Amino acid sequence: MNIQAIRQDFPILNRQINGKPLIYFDNAATSQKPYSVIDAITNYYQYHNGNIHRAIHTLSSEATELFEKSREKISKFINAKSPNEIIFTRGTTEAINLVAYSLGCDTLGSDDEVLISLMEHHSNIVPWEIIAKCRGFTVKYGHVNKDGTLDYQDFMSKITKKTKICCLSHVSNVTGVINDVKCIAKVAHDNGALMLIDGAQSVPHMKVDVQDLNVDFLAFSGHKMLGPTGVGVLYGKKEALQKMTPFQGGGEMIKDVSFSADHCVVSWNELPWKFEAGTPDIAGVIGLGAAIDYLVALGMDNVFNHEKDLTQYATECLKKCRDITLYGPTDLSQKCGILPFCLRGFSSHETAALFNEYGIALRSGYHCAQPLHQILNLPSSARASFYIYNTKAEIDRFIEIIEELNS
Amino acid sequence: MSTVADYVSRIEGTCGAESDIIVTFKYEKKDEVIANIMKKAQLKNALAGIIFELTFEGQSFRLYTSGKAIFRGFKTKMALMDFLAKLLVV
Repeated sequence: MNIQAIRQDFPILNRQINGKPLIYFDNAATSQKPYSVIDAITNYYQYHNGNIHRAIHTLSSEATELFEKSREKISKFINAKSPNEIIFTRGTTEAINLVAYSLGCDTLGSDDEVLISLMEHHSNIVPWEIIAKCRGFTVKYGHVNKDGTLDYQDFMSKITKKTKICCLSHVSNVTGVINDVKCIAKVAHDNGALMLIDGAQSVPHMKVDVQDLNVDFLAFSGHKMLGPTGVGVLYGKKEALQKMTPFQGGGEMIKDVSFSADHCVVSWNELPWKFEAGTPDIAGVIGLGAAIDYLVALGMDNVFNHEKDLTQYATECLKKCRDITLYGPTDLSQKCGILPFCLRGFSSHETAALFNEYGIALRSGYHCAQPLHQILNLPSSARASFYIYNTKAEIDRFIEIIEELNS
Repeated sequence: MSTVADYVSRIEGTCGAESDIIVTFKYEKKDEVIANIMKKAQLKNALAGIIFELTFEGQSFRLYTSGKAIFRGFKTKMALMDFLAKLLVV
């Protein structure tokens, strides 16, 4: 990949922050957007804006075509069997909530269990806990080792015939640990359980093939993969989605609402629209389609290798800094481009504020994964996370600042 | 007479066991705020001329030249507001 050419596609990278060139290391929170995505959104509003589906006029047809084209692109991108298995949501959080509410309210009861890991983002914990309170099922938690890797033996041992769904991050948003979800999915299926993976930190950074992984659900966000905020995706296997009732009601998701004998009889639309109530974020979906085009042109293996290279380089450099403590596994083959660390004498927020003075954007706090911080025995952590436009020169500058502070 | 609201744009609690509180000063007032703080508080350390470690009435905090300060150890927002009133208001 030609990183300098890529950087030219991202106008925000020309910005200065506090008089210094922006170094954006907060990609696990959200990514920056290339001109092609910005232009796709602008172009939609300038020339094609109309509400999608069930209209005859030209603008609506054009908008529908652009919208559904994005669904096809996403379907191919993750190798779904059909675009009908792609449901648009507001993001990963809503995608997980959709499964939790739809499956939980309808089919889970007091004898059932949901298995989650303790490295999950709160969005893959809280929805299950909320529904469990209403429906009386048990939420079980798989343990995490001290280095932030999944305790596979513990997780697998908790999958039983009572387990109805296993929910696991593909990549941890704190440590960058890559979980072997394919292996877990097999054990889940052998026990008759479904498998949901949170792909918020994997889909933007590596090739994800839902048929190869054989997962039932995959949730991810557009804004972490060059697309706009406000749009995300739930992939669901057709047979799983067909059994579920809708999460939200409204327009678009119904086939028929007829009044008979003083009440309304409702039937659902076909997949995927059954789960897409109301007018969606049309521009966002089209923007996400443009983001997918951009990533496909780069090649996801190239994206992954570039980030791997940066992670290795940054890890080696940071290990030499006496005031830095790195967290997570030392075996880099198990992780993606996310580096949690602590700067001696500074809280994570003070660290992020300090680097912001130098134009470097980092994230600080729990990163919405408080249980994992408890396990790692951390009050919070600072996090650097990389993407396609980051360079070794930026890492050098980051290290230079740490060394300046030392002196 | 000026008030804390004249100088402060945002006060945000943070996640993390440290319970840091980030105070962001109004952009147009930040130079005035920093000058006031530097006059009132005692300088303990300066890092690269952009981050100042200070104490004021027994409370340590860090001040960033881009217009932020990070405080810790305040049990209530009211206690922080009282402290800021003494620190910021001339």
